[in-house]
Amino acid sequence: MKIHGWGNFPFVDSEVKYSSDYSKIQDYILKQNQVIPSGLFRSYGDSALAEHTFSSLRLKRFLKFDLENGVLATEAGVSFAEINEVTIPQGWFLPVTPGTKFVTVGGAIASDVHGKNHHKSGTFGEFVNRFKLMLSDGSILNCSKLENPELYHATIGGMGLTGIILEAEFNLQKIRTSVIEQKTLKIRNLDELLAKFEEFSDFTYSVSWFDTSAHGKNAGRALLYLGEHSKSNEFNLDYKSKGKLIDLPFNFPNFSTNSAFLNLANKAYFAKEFKREKNFTTNFDTFYYPLDAIHNWNRVYGKRGFAQYQFVIPFENAAENLKKVLSVIEKYGQTSFVTVLKVFGESNENYLSFPKKGYTLAMDFPISRKSLEMFDMLDKIIASADGRLYLTKDSRMSAEFFQAGYPNLYKFREIKSKYDPNNKFNSLQSIRLGI
Amino acid sequence: MEKNKTCLILGATSGIAEAIAIEFAKNNFDLILTGRNSDELNKIEQDFKIRYNANCSAHHLEITDLESHRTFLENLQILPDVIVFAIGYLGEQKSSEAHYDEARKVIDINFTYPMNLLNHFANEFEKRKSGTIIGISSVAGDRGRKANYIYGSAKAALSAYLSGLRNRLSGSHVEVITIKPGFVRTKMTEHLETPGRFTTEPQEVAKDTWKGFAKKKDVIYSKKIYRYLLFVIKHIPEKIFKKLSI
Repeated sequence: MKIHGWGNFPFVDSEVKYSSDYSKIQDYILKQNQVIPSGLFRSYGDSALAEHTFSSLRLKRFLKFDLENGVLATEAGVSFAEINEVTIPQGWFLPVTPGTKFVTVGGAIASDVHGKNHHKSGTFGEFVNRFKLMLSDGSILNCSKLENPELYHATIGGMGLTGIILEAEFNLQKIRTSVIEQKTLKIRNLDELLAKFEEFSDFTYSVSWFDTSAHGKNAGRALLYLGEHSKSNEFNLDYKSKGKLIDLPFNFPNFSTNSAFLNLANKAYFAKEFKREKNFTTNFDTFYYPLDAIHNWNRVYGKRGFAQYQFVIPFENAAENLKKVLSVIEKYGQTSFVTVLKVFGESNENYLSFPKKGYTLAMDFPISRKSLEMFDMLDKIIASADGRLYLTKDSRMSAEFFQAGYPNLYKFREIKSKYDPNNKFNSLQSIRLGI
Repeated sequence: MEKNKTCLILGATSGIAEAIAIEFAKNNFDLILTGRNSDELNKIEQDFKIRYNANCSAHHLEITDLESHRTFLENLQILPDVIVFAIGYLGEQKSSEAHYDEARKVIDINFTYPMNLLNHFANEFEKRKSGTIIGISSVAGDRGRKANYIYGSAKAALSAYLSGLRNRLSGSHVEVITIKPGFVRTKMTEHLETPGRFTTEPQEVAKDTWKGFAKKKDVIYSKKIYRYLLFVIKHIPEKIFKKLSI
């Protein structure tokens, strides 16, 4: 069948294998020359695409929930949406969650996902105590910081290239309420935005939406969203999962993503906030997963698909570098609508994890000859700023650029060649990037 | 507080059965799960406890061991309110044509053993004058086709059995429901080519089953379109049907 990532680009014909039975998975792995694990296909590009994919979606069982200490163990195909439904009403919440809850535990580990609290809490992988990994020879290894630590650090953020994650155990955070106190600030330009991030760095959750249609002195005008678990004494763990409110039944025509339209959309989105500052309470799903309300929002970009360009650059000269990025986008006449800037905290020990100290900016652009050209230009800026791109979003960067951005790649390759000597676990992305 | 009702799932590790069990768990039934693969069964039990806070227990049952059927029933601490029979074996048609053992296995697992096990429960339900027996049959039993007529014969027998049982027990306030799924995407069918939009997910069968149970239906096709499809297929004259490849 034809499979594709969230960006609807590229597509590939793939044979997808499902199973919940470890011994059958073993038989399958042994007879394959090539396979890549997959989950809910929320990675944007080609990291879960290959001729043969093993879907974790039948590995869907909760294995253990220690209510006392908030430790949860599940199989790899369980989604964050399912976890929320079980744990929130019992006073526990995921320590880190990305902007969609439709990711699997296995995928969250393979991408070492981050969320709005990265500057405080780090990545999801940092809360993973242990997992079971099926290697290319069909054997199953336990991995933790003490047991097979190198494989543990290679697999978290390792894009499924070390083996099949079967199950994992991780820590949750205790919550008193499922209410979020939110503050939204209207920001006039990039310098002010960066200053405000600094000023409000104590907030647990912070993220900003960014108007890419504004240029000149307005460049970088933004809405800054800050959030905190409510401290009110009211004990309220109501959780009504909001999934699939709107389902887009078809791909939008390509003109819906032309720049004029997107410019307007940006201006409207910025203008909808009248006040300089707004404080209110909201619920988990609205705060963490605003885009999940439109189930297939990726379809607004039309049949040609889109790419999300997400980079991180260090704080040093960040304002200047971000302005360079914006001016390249302006020069190419491109506009992004889902544009997210946030501050990252320290990097971790995982060899291929994306986050490191600095600013991360994510932008969506429809795929076109022009946007692809623009990405190459942006790569140059990011490379010279000592930055890098997020593998989970990538569908097109060059091997040289990737390799320059990930200094621990050599370590990853060492571990990979030890446990997967024939490079059985590979994807279109890993081949393109020479991982 | 009112006591929960109990649902016994026979063959709980099958894709359809697990999905049906979820529907009953969500509706506050206590669950008794049986199967051959104890590891898998224990995982399902644990999952149901965490996810649905369900009262749940797992029991080993080897359907081919006829002697064990009666003791299995006697050892249950409670006579369930509902039983779902979901054990089945598709076999391989070509092999069933060539080897008696394979054909026999298909007939026995889909019909002979279930008949014996369900007889025991039917007798108890009849005495108690309450209960529901849900049997998973198949549209394959509605008309024999060359692609799977050994399996189809066994399912036809099961459907006839359930129909007779329903007739017998209707005076005793015992409901008998026959579920006839079409092509369902499960472990049992993963090596087969899917029939496009007629492909059914186990969750759809489970939802239809729960609805049928709640509304006290007798025979349920899942998905519903199979009812009409099978109506047409059953009414094609044999002279024409014998030449078709469907």
